[in-house]
Amino acid sequence: MLIDVHAHFLHDRTPRSDWRERNASRLRAGERVGITIHVASILGSWGLTSPTYFPSPEDLRYGNDYLLRLQREHPDRIRGYVAVNPNYTDHALAEIRRCLDSGMIGIKLAASRRADDPLLDPICALAAERGVPVLHHIWQGRRRDYPGQEASDAVELGRLAVRHKSVRFILAHIGGGGDWLQTLPVVRGLPNILVDLSGSGVDGGMLEACLQAVGVERLLWGCDLTIETGWAKLRYLEHLLSPADLDHVRRRNAMRIFPPGAFPSD
Amino acid sequence: MRTDVNAFLGSYPYRRVPGTSPEALLEAMDRTGIDEAWVSHLPGIFWRDPAAGNAWLVETTRAHPRLRPVLAVHPEMGAWEAVLRAAAEVGAPAVRCDPTYYGIGPAGPSMRALAGACGRAGLALMLAVRLEDGRQRHPHDHAAELPAAAVRALIRADASVRLVITHADRPFIEEVHFGSTPEEVRRLWWDISWIWGPPEDHFETLLQTVGAERFLFGTGQPLRIPENGVAKLDLLDLDPADREAIESGNAALAGGRVKAGP
Repeated sequence: MLIDVHAHFLHDRTPRSDWRERNASRLRAGERVGITIHVASILGSWGLTSPTYFPSPEDLRYGNDYLLRLQREHPDRIRGYVAVNPNYTDHALAEIRRCLDSGMIGIKLAASRRADDPLLDPICALAAERGVPVLHHIWQGRRRDYPGQEASDAVELGRLAVRHKSVRFILAHIGGGGDWLQTLPVVRGLPNILVDLSGSGVDGGMLEACLQAVGVERLLWGCDLTIETGWAKLRYLEHLLSPADLDHVRRRNAMRIFPPGAFPSD
Repeated sequence: MRTDVNAFLGSYPYRRVPGTSPEALLEAMDRTGIDEAWVSHLPGIFWRDPAAGNAWLVETTRAHPRLRPVLAVHPEMGAWEAVLRAAAEVGAPAVRCDPTYYGIGPAGPSMRALAGACGRAGLALMLAVRLEDGRQRHPHDHAAELPAAAVRALIRADASVRLVITHADRPFIEEVHFGSTPEEVRRLWWDISWIWGPPEDHFETLLQTVGAERFLFGTGQPLRIPENGVAKLDLLDLDPADREAIESGNAALAGGRVKAGP
């Protein structure tokens, strides 16, 4: 079994006229790679009617509903993170309850509010209550603010993780841009943060550094926007790790942090 | 046969990179089924005289026949033409120039003169758009990325110019390809190291719009893991002839010496 913990899908109310082709391409490439389950999120309208990283409640609801539909249509291949905007606390909490009750298995926080902001506390309290992980978008080693997002880095996620020790946090896309060398020492001593290997970056030395920082039991495999880089990292890990250790990255760590029954059993 | 046209030897100044020795590169090539690699001297890109790394590169590649040297040339250093003669003598598949790292205009008179001289010498000129993702570069690594306009200018510098461009993404390739004449396009090749696969399918799209004959297998190793290039190809339903062209046939054309002009 191979679990991609960082996938995305599009829908008809996004700027992309090719949304069907992109969704189909992800599933087709997944079959070739051997991905059993794509754990995915949809960030509202992806910018059509509210910004990708500052999605409106209406857009979030539409995107989450579309993802629930995909999950129902592909029960053997797709699971969902419920995406929320912490600036709308009541909506976020209600949306999390609604979507988890409907079968989603995690929470996606992107870049609407800094990770260490108190507005994230009620969301994390609910994650603890429901026993689901939080996938948090991260700009590795952020040196400044970037347009279009209130991105967080590992230091800020670390502060949140310390406040919510019973919640498992997934630090998003270590290869997704920014300086991963600044991230890894920060998360080394934070056992409730796991590192997701997704992103277009395939830097030599990055996987060795991840293993050194957090060990094989805190790495999660994923692709995000580039499936070929995910496959490349998996192939490289086959060279670095024993089959038993690789199995932690492929699926066991994900099966440990997501709710029981989230994935097909062996 | 698989040829990696975009590989490096030697250390990188901005972070520790494993596997920069010839032996480690050959081991990575064995692991990923790469038969031959065009190698550049990585530290030299950052030296005031990049050609100072050429002697070591030639000596090293002589000891390892699967590695072919891409000599560095700085067109504002004295006697730069000697590098072209040396490249021809050692059978180099190309020479490289990294103008933004050298601090010279990427499409200025010296670069156009270099491109023309390479063309007349029958040598391909290799240029990299970038070496690392701009979001992760060292705070002191301020060299600009190679602009697409410079590639368009250089291919027009002389009718004999042949360019191999590495680390370019889809928008860059499209801008140059469709901003050039069909005749100019036939003298341009792109390595695949920075082109996205599925689900965005940039590479598949480019194969349809630009054509398989313009692409070269390249990895950027050891700065990037070479598995990426192979995975990218394995995700496509490529015609075997097209795959062979991308993996080696096009490199033989791009890196082959053409008869020098008058």
